Amino acid sequence: MLTSLTRRGFLAVYAIIIIVPLTVVIFGSFKSTQELFDGPFSFPQSLAPDAYVEVLGGQNLGRSFMNSVIVSACSVPITLFLASLAGYAVARMRGFWSWAIFGFLVLGMAIPAQANMVPLYVLFQRMGLLDTLLGLVLANVVSTLPIAVFILGGFMRTLPRELYEASAIDGTSPWRTYASIAMPLSAPSLAAAGIFLFVIHWNELLYPLLFIQSPENRTLPLALLSFQGEFQTDYPLLFAGVIMASLPVVVAYIFLQRYFVAGITAGANKG
Amino acid sequence: MSVSIGGAKPASESRRSKASPPHDQKKRKSPTRVSPALYLFPLPAIAVTLVFLVMPTLQAFQYALTDWNGFSAAFNYVGLDNFVRAFTGDSLFTNALANNLKFMLVVVIFQTVVSLVLAMMLTKNSRGSILLRALFFFPTILSSVSVAFIWKFIYDPNFGLANSTLGAVGLDSLQGSYLGDDAQALYWVAATQVWFHAGQMMVVFVAGLQGIPRELYEAAEIDGAGKWQQFTSITWPLVAPATAIVVAYTTIQSFKAFDLILGIAGNPPKASLDILSTRIYSSFANAEFGYAAAQSIIFMALIALVTWLQRRVLRLTQKQE
Repeated sequence: MLTSLTRRGFLAVYAIIIIVPLTVVIFGSFKSTQELFDGPFSFPQSLAPDAYVEVLGGQNLGRSFMNSVIVSACSVPITLFLASLAGYAVARMRGFWSWAIFGFLVLGMAIPAQANMVPLYVLFQRMGLLDTLLGLVLANVVSTLPIAVFILGGFMRTLPRELYEASAIDGTSPWRTYASIAMPLSAPSLAAAGIFLFVIHWNELLYPLLFIQSPENRTLPLALLSFQGEFQTDYPLLFAGVIMASLPVVVAYIFLQRYFVAGITAGANKG
Repeated sequence: MSVSIGGAKPASESRRSKASPPHDQKKRKSPTRVSPALYLFPLPAIAVTLVFLVMPTLQAFQYALTDWNGFSAAFNYVGLDNFVRAFTGDSLFTNALANNLKFMLVVVIFQTVVSLVLAMMLTKNSRGSILLRALFFFPTILSSVSVAFIWKFIYDPNFGLANSTLGAVGLDSLQGSYLGDDAQALYWVAATQVWFHAGQMMVVFVAGLQGIPRELYEAAEIDGAGKWQQFTSITWPLVAPATAIVVAYTTIQSFKAFDLILGIAGNPPKASLDILSTRIYSSFANAEFGYAAAQSIIFMALIALVTWLQRRVLRLTQKQE
């Protein structure tokens, strides 16, 4: 249906559509506003990181970066831990309880964050979790737990039961079996789920927007959003912020690409 | 619940079904019986889900029946007034609903087509294909706010990339105001959404396409079937499960385009770019907790309805094949 030439042409055009905006952003972050508007494609005249210095220094983005690191570094392992515990139990149980617990935990995938944000806000207010990073961690864990249980539980169910049973015969406690058999064998799916969660938690905007009030507790996406309000067309500054916000995920993507694709498709596979 | 792609799952499932029958017959008294301690394992996850997900969701139904502003101690139950108001007395809501459906439809159609075409071109595991797949997938990992800023610059009517490129090649007449034009703005954001996530859906399609045995195409070729016929009678029916996943996921994703809209249009967005999620957020920010809760329930019901409809339609088309 597609001749080689049209195929190459189409792919080349699509590659350009992906690459050009990204290049313009990288170049742009080293330019002055005037220089950017004069020639968006040109290589920057100097590689002085003025925009980065300003973004990280005066505008609290450095602080926000650390907040994002803290929130992701807590949310991802906690979610993985809770989900793997539940997934392991569901994989080892049989019959009604296995089905009921898995079903209950996975049901949350059908609830969009907007649906319960008002009561969650009220609950956090009563618990004193508003405007805290702890509240953000909790919200992240809750919102991604269903999909994490789905991915990890699904994987652990495919591990041969004999492995669990052999260790049960040896008199090993469920905890030991979980820690020394189920977890190591689940490494690929843990990696995939972990990266999937990292992308979601690192980029999360709605919860910070709802729960965070003071500028010093902002995470990166929220800081960027308020940034845009203040510096409408200071694109070099915005671009430096965009790059700071993307850097950790991009570096991880370059090194762990295989797991990224596996994790994000596992997420897409939930339908 | 999940539709398997690329044959990976059926393999593991068959292994499992082969492995389990002997144990089921053994019944439970041997040491293979699960320890009661196992029932403690899912408790933390269940507790967190109950307190922070299930209860708040149920509470949303309660709030939806009130005129609560979120702060005062007193509030009144107003029955279904909030729901009536959403559909009959609030043009902001119906406008957001219409925008949302338009946005969803455009994104689902274009994202599915673009990602399928890309996947068909990059099915082979050659070095070039793998490299291009990695590149096309890349935007998916960026944050919506970042993507929004990048495209805001492209669409900027005065200094933006789109107009300056058109100007440089002498096509000044094609220059537009993009987001500035209310009639077009939503479609330009839809294009951004497709740029953002088509690569992700391409990967789902690649997995589906790689599961189709090559012999089918060889046999079809021997029978003298043309490329188009091969597509309609082999590729399309066999890639249907992957299509179901892509369409369902894209629908939900486009309903949740919240971040992208706020980033590209500002907070709160202007009417031509307002969708349900941003509208709910605006009501919430206006301290209309009861009304926001009611809107969020409509939102949830709509997602469930659209997902259900889609499954019906896809099942029907699959049966026809």
